[in-house]
Amino acid sequence: MGAVRCAVVGVGQTHHTSCRADVSIAGLVREAADRALADAGMTMDDIDAVVIGKAPDMLEGVMMPELWLAEALAAAGKPVFRVHTAGSVGGSTAIVAAQHVMSGVHKRVLAVAFEKQSDGNAMWALSVPVPFSMPVHAGAGGYFAPHVRAYIRRSEAPGYIGAMVAVKDRTNACANPYAHLHEPDWTLEAAMESPMLWDPIRFVETCPSSDGAAALVIAAEDVADALPGPKAWIRATSMRSEPTMFAGRNQVSPQAGKDCSAELWRKAGITDPLREVDVAEIYVPFSWFEPMWLENLGFAERNEGWRLVEDGVTDLRGGSLPINPSGGVLSSNPIGASGMIRFGEAAMQVMGNAGDHQVDGARTAVGHAYGGGSQFFAMWVVGAEKP
Amino acid sequence: MRDVAVVASAHSAVSATTDTPIELLIPVINEALANAGLERREVDFWCHGSCDYLVGQPFSFVSAVDALGAWPPIVESHVEMDGAWALYEAWIKIQTGEADTALVFGNGKSSVADMFRVMALQLDPYVEAPLGTDQIALAGLQARMALDAGVITERDMAEVAARSRRDALANPVALVSGEVSVDDLLAADKVRDPLRAHDIPAMGDGVTAVVIAAGDRARSLASRPAWIRAIDHRIDAQRIGGRDLIGVPSAVAAAERCGVGGDRIDVAEIHAPFTHEELLVGRALGIDAATTRINPSGGALVSNVLMAAGLARIARAAETVLDGTADRVIGHATQGPCLQQNLVCVMEGA
Amino acid sequence: MSNEAEDVLRIRTPIGVDYAWSAGRRSSAYLNGLLEGRLIGKRCPSCTRVYFPPRNGNCPMCGVLLVDDDVEVGPNGTVTTFCVVNVPFLGQKITPPYVAATILLDGADIGMQHLLQEVDAADVRMGMRVEPVWAPREDWGPTMENITHFRPSGEPDVDFTDYAGQL
Repeated sequence: MGAVRCAVVGVGQTHHTSCRADVSIAGLVREAADRALADAGMTMDDIDAVVIGKAPDMLEGVMMPELWLAEALAAAGKPVFRVHTAGSVGGSTAIVAAQHVMSGVHKRVLAVAFEKQSDGNAMWALSVPVPFSMPVHAGAGGYFAPHVRAYIRRSEAPGYIGAMVAVKDRTNACANPYAHLHEPDWTLEAAMESPMLWDPIRFVETCPSSDGAAALVIAAEDVADALPGPKAWIRATSMRSEPTMFAGRNQVSPQAGKDCSAELWRKAGITDPLREVDVAEIYVPFSWFEPMWLENLGFAERNEGWRLVEDGVTDLRGGSLPINPSGGVLSSNPIGASGMIRFGEAAMQVMGNAGDHQVDGARTAVGHAYGGGSQFFAMWVVGAEKP
Repeated sequence: MRDVAVVASAHSAVSATTDTPIELLIPVINEALANAGLERREVDFWCHGSCDYLVGQPFSFVSAVDALGAWPPIVESHVEMDGAWALYEAWIKIQTGEADTALVFGNGKSSVADMFRVMALQLDPYVEAPLGTDQIALAGLQARMALDAGVITERDMAEVAARSRRDALANPVALVSGEVSVDDLLAADKVRDPLRAHDIPAMGDGVTAVVIAAGDRARSLASRPAWIRAIDHRIDAQRIGGRDLIGVPSAVAAAERCGVGGDRIDVAEIHAPFTHEELLVGRALGIDAATTRINPSGGALVSNVLMAAGLARIARAAETVLDGTADRVIGHATQGPCLQQNLVCVMEGA
Repeated sequence: MSNEAEDVLRIRTPIGVDYAWSAGRRSSAYLNGLLEGRLIGKRCPSCTRVYFPPRNGNCPMCGVLLVDDDVEVGPNGTVTTFCVVNVPFLGQKITPPYVAATILLDGADIGMQHLLQEVDAADVRMGMRVEPVWAPREDWGPTMENITHFRPSGEPDVDFTDYAGQL
């Protein structure tokens, strides 16, 4: 018995920014949902079920906020489902929503993910001291910087690769009206002068804190076929998890990510990802993660990912595998929504709806998200053609 | 739809423990797997329900992966919901054909904070949560409405408590149990008018784990699987003053979608931490107490392990099918203030 | 009347909840060891790897509870990787800049995070050997904060290939 074919038929997101004081959390979420519904030519009356994702509730200080948000989403009387898989949650939420359709249980599902970082203090929430332990922990940057250092050492990558990725993503973001940071003037020289926050991670190599939301409408094949607009057919989804820390763990290129991408390619029938994928939106909160994930995803051999960056392969213009044409997490980071933005941007690319950051002729795109201590992975492949 | 069944389960609950959540999880997960005769490597999909606010730490669920022996890496997901919804996600996953077996679990340590206060932090953060109310007061508001409407009586509520405690005598993880007379219960002072102590749940630290499987796999793992014939969940708008607190429309809708009204129901495990909630949900589901055995486990009233108690209701109902004492049963789960969100799972032995 | 009411876009509603936190009984030997100035880890009964600290009382790879197989580790160790924290934030207990190092204690099979001092940040290296500096004994409690920090021990650096498997 095969799964029901399904497609993304609507994508919506807010303008991501450091503080959306003009809307409540409910208003923020509704904005993204309304845009996705409009994109699909639907209203909430058409929606069978809502799947909501966000990162830890303590980021805003509202426990299980989907309960309260159900009314603002006009979801009363419908199934509302809440996913939380750490930073990968936006991607996981899209996948769980897709599975609601693939299972044959629902026809039209709205997936929503959000974070309103300005309503709380993420750096505090991510660094709550644990009793009996040494309080050296310093947010996500402090957590990931040692792994970046390990990657640089092991791959012998030149020190400017992180800055190159940062300049690329900040430049790409200028073509994306929804991106948080619009900073057109970065040069490699200026980026190299950017202060070290969590050495070896520079300020410019770090994602911002954003308020933002994203939403997708996912529809079953018969519904999608009847809609006039472009679709992003979901060719494959994959998720994997492993423990945060264990003896001998590869924290630079975790096995869960390798297994997840291997399954993704197998399910999508892709044998040479670098050649067959046209564009990828991958979760890069610190710029060095671009070469690290290129290797983990199988786009490059071990210790060779940085060469794709250096050779311009991942550039939006002229690159054969543009990475994060939207500007990526590095330019907008509403944490819980960031994964869904990757999945949604991948869909927009194959729908031909990516505007000024459209990759010409994109037919096959990848959305990728990871979370926790690089231990939760969620990925999908979407295509312009029905699988 | 593929045929999917509950094939095994396991539970723990204590009033308070210094064991970590992981130390609590491992034996229960092992027991559920052993009851199913399943190896860890044979679990296609894992799904977990828990809540950071019960722990006071962001990403608290992350360490639960440690309890799963997740090496090599596993296919796994987490819901910030009661474990009953983890079971729902696993059921969906099996329906896609990507998995044949799943282990789902919910866990909570109620002893680490004033959970009645914490649960009220689910309210609208701008207007209602800052009022500083708690879950008991909210339950009291709902009970008062139902009492004043003449839908239930304080005696009805005490009878729920007396029956639950009596049934709990046979439940090894019940936290309160015993023979008590309804009149004695009604003679007690009110804790939060109209609620007396017997109307309020015994809070626990613990875990519920459930194994579900598809088709022949389920038949190979249990001699009498509890086949999930229908499962559905619905939500109401949260605002306490803006919805039908007595009719519980989301429970009515979920029951309708599951076709509950059709045949006889032998057993209904209703997730009702407060006595009046059992009565209101029973009405909403159309359960006839004359022909349906309600909460033979004693229910959440005698053992309320947050984020596990809803999954436990599905498991307890399924266990009556697995052991051959019932044929058609309902497991119900709820979450959100005053029965806001409701899940109904209808299971049959054949 | 002014338009002040219309200008209220944000409110602060602080919420306080007190939580009790348990280390778990399988951490007792580790915490008691710290009271005596000793570093006690546990060996996994299944894969025999030594965990320090015995995080959550189990082996995450095997998914089994740790038993009473206590193993003293350290006191010296090797810096496998590190980060220089230059960022101030709410609730921070150590004044930046500081070096947060992942230290693989001798005899342990997993690194742990601690503070590295008495060395210029620019001179910290992967593979550097370090030793603990303990707080005055009268200040000790059941916490890793009994060690105020680690500092270079002067031993020769460890070769990258000897700890690359820990990264």
